[in-house]
Amino acid sequence: MLLERLTEANGVSGNEGEVRDIIRREIEGMVDEVRTDVLGNLIAIQRGDGPTVMLAAHMDEVGFIISGIEKDGLLRFEKVGGIDDRVLPSKRVVVGPDKVPGVIGLKPVHLQEPSEREEPVKADRLFVDVGAGSREEAEKKVKVGSYACFHTRFERLSEKTVKAKALDDRVGCAVLIEALRHSSDLKRRPFTLAAAFTVQEEIGLRGAGVAAWALEPDLALVLEGTICADVPGTDPHLEGTRLGDGPALSMMDRTSIASKGLLTHLVRTARDRGIPFQYKRITAGGNDAGRIHLTREGVQTASVSVPCRYIHSPCSVMSMKDFENAVRLVNAFLDSIEGGLRV
Amino acid sequence: MRDIIRELTQTYGPSGNEEAVRAKISTMVADRADEVRSDSLGNLIVFRRGGGSGRKVMLAAHMDEIGLIATHIDDKGFIRFAGVGGVDPFISLGHRVVFGNGVTGVVGMEKMDKTKDLKLEKMFIDIGASSRAEAESAVRVGDMAVFEGKMEERGDRLVSKAMDDRVGCAVLVEIVRRIGPCPDDVYFVFTAQEEVGVRGATTSAFGIYPDVAIAVDVTRVGDTPKADTMDVSLGKGAAIKVKDQLLITHPGVKRFLVSVAESEGIPYQFEVLERGGTDAGAIHKTREGVPAGVVSIPTRYIHTPSEMVGMRDVEACAKLIERALERGVAL
Repeated sequence: MLLERLTEANGVSGNEGEVRDIIRREIEGMVDEVRTDVLGNLIAIQRGDGPTVMLAAHMDEVGFIISGIEKDGLLRFEKVGGIDDRVLPSKRVVVGPDKVPGVIGLKPVHLQEPSEREEPVKADRLFVDVGAGSREEAEKKVKVGSYACFHTRFERLSEKTVKAKALDDRVGCAVLIEALRHSSDLKRRPFTLAAAFTVQEEIGLRGAGVAAWALEPDLALVLEGTICADVPGTDPHLEGTRLGDGPALSMMDRTSIASKGLLTHLVRTARDRGIPFQYKRITAGGNDAGRIHLTREGVQTASVSVPCRYIHSPCSVMSMKDFENAVRLVNAFLDSIEGGLRV
Repeated sequence: MRDIIRELTQTYGPSGNEEAVRAKISTMVADRADEVRSDSLGNLIVFRRGGGSGRKVMLAAHMDEIGLIATHIDDKGFIRFAGVGGVDPFISLGHRVVFGNGVTGVVGMEKMDKTKDLKLEKMFIDIGASSRAEAESAVRVGDMAVFEGKMEERGDRLVSKAMDDRVGCAVLVEIVRRIGPCPDDVYFVFTAQEEVGVRGATTSAFGIYPDVAIAVDVTRVGDTPKADTMDVSLGKGAAIKVKDQLLITHPGVKRFLVSVAESEGIPYQFEVLERGGTDAGAIHKTREGVPAGVVSIPTRYIHTPSEMVGMRDVEACAKLIERALERGVAL
């Protein structure tokens, strides 16, 4: 299954090659042109007559970079992207291109001072244990500067619910691949579809800016996995999104205000086709739209996101229904372009 | 100019919803412009052809004001919101707000043990609805509200909501309306989405790619009781910016503005702003770089419903820019 392959691939920001290879193989037969740019964005074009529509999803995920090796063979690390230190202890990771298995370790509870137990442990007190007994032994397996990535299998929790790492934003990559598949089947294409699988979103939306600069789109949709906090203890207005209520449309976040015209068009498209959707209820966070909409003289941009519980952790949970409805909405959006976009 | 300021400050226009302000300004300048257009982010670009100096000058004042965006409506019809731009929870509490369709509400808060815990996420807008359905018939999630704040006058002083930066817009409108021939091509840009990250200036400056740019915006003052130290006061004239968080003023622009002010006898003061920035912060980093500066209007109580300016300062800013344009902005 595509989503399984995408989420089990490792692609911490700056090291997206494995994800890029999977996507490239998947889409090669569907597009007129595919290339990788200087920063590592995978750009694919399906040519048509009409406006250039950019669809963007980022390939990178949060993770770690090995910053030092201790005498006793334990590895020090730095976080890449926003990770809550509290989710780190005892998690399984793989290190480097050889995927050396490891565990994030921490001083055992028995030896902690009472004051240490009250405060969450900071990442700089944690280490990765790859089972090496000395620096020399560790250096045979891993290097300083190697990336480390959460090690989590894709699994179905129920018929319609899955768990995986990196759903932010491999689910967006999967939606984008499905959009390319849908669009490649069209007899006549009244738009040029410019797909950008971007890099380095998690550390500052870095790939999207150069991708949009090169593509010069007329409008853009960003496909994301977004915050979903519909769990006990959260007030309804702070949930962000609810699992199973459909793809989420953002009105505003830290990095952009959605194009009003595009948002209205998406809402109309969803209602016309009977596709469930929800609004994202919080304005926290940001995504590639922040860079894309400010490119050159500006680009009308909106975001369609799949709700993912526990994002930026080793393990997030998503509804396949939301994923399928996001695919339906994006495909319906592409179909609607023929009728004339009023944005 | 007081009438223009009143008209513009009282118009609804939070970030991303500048349509009404844009329409009013378009009407005000239509017969004095060579071209008026708006772009994809909603900037309004008013072009005046010059006398052939070959230079392009961009002036920027932002149309948007801070506001509140509805994020969720609960079963009882209370509207939860987030801030649009720098909205302070303490200042918002108890204030009236108004949505684009004219629906008004009051900002309330949950029970709070310590008032210092007050955060926007613990507050809500009450529009007087008693159910979700009733509220949703007036306000939809995604709609934005702005503070209410009539304009009041006492002598030299004006108080209103949204002086930031409608007073800057009014200065530019006034200049378009009264200025004679200028050597430079001038782009008067009324920008969108400044309060959320100088976004309109980013794209409009890319399109215009001016040779020099001057933003007109409000700035803080240090002349109220026990204020943060800041050497700008109401009544001491146009503030020529030296530095803020987004910009170090181009030395040529600063020298030029000072020389115009001194030779024309226009009162001015230097401004060093420790926190905050303006459209010039985005403009000066456009493409290969644009020499940029800011003429600031000293303003008390910025980002409250009662922003206060002095009319003589506003006039000084208008005159400084007008004389600069007449002379030609040669650095």
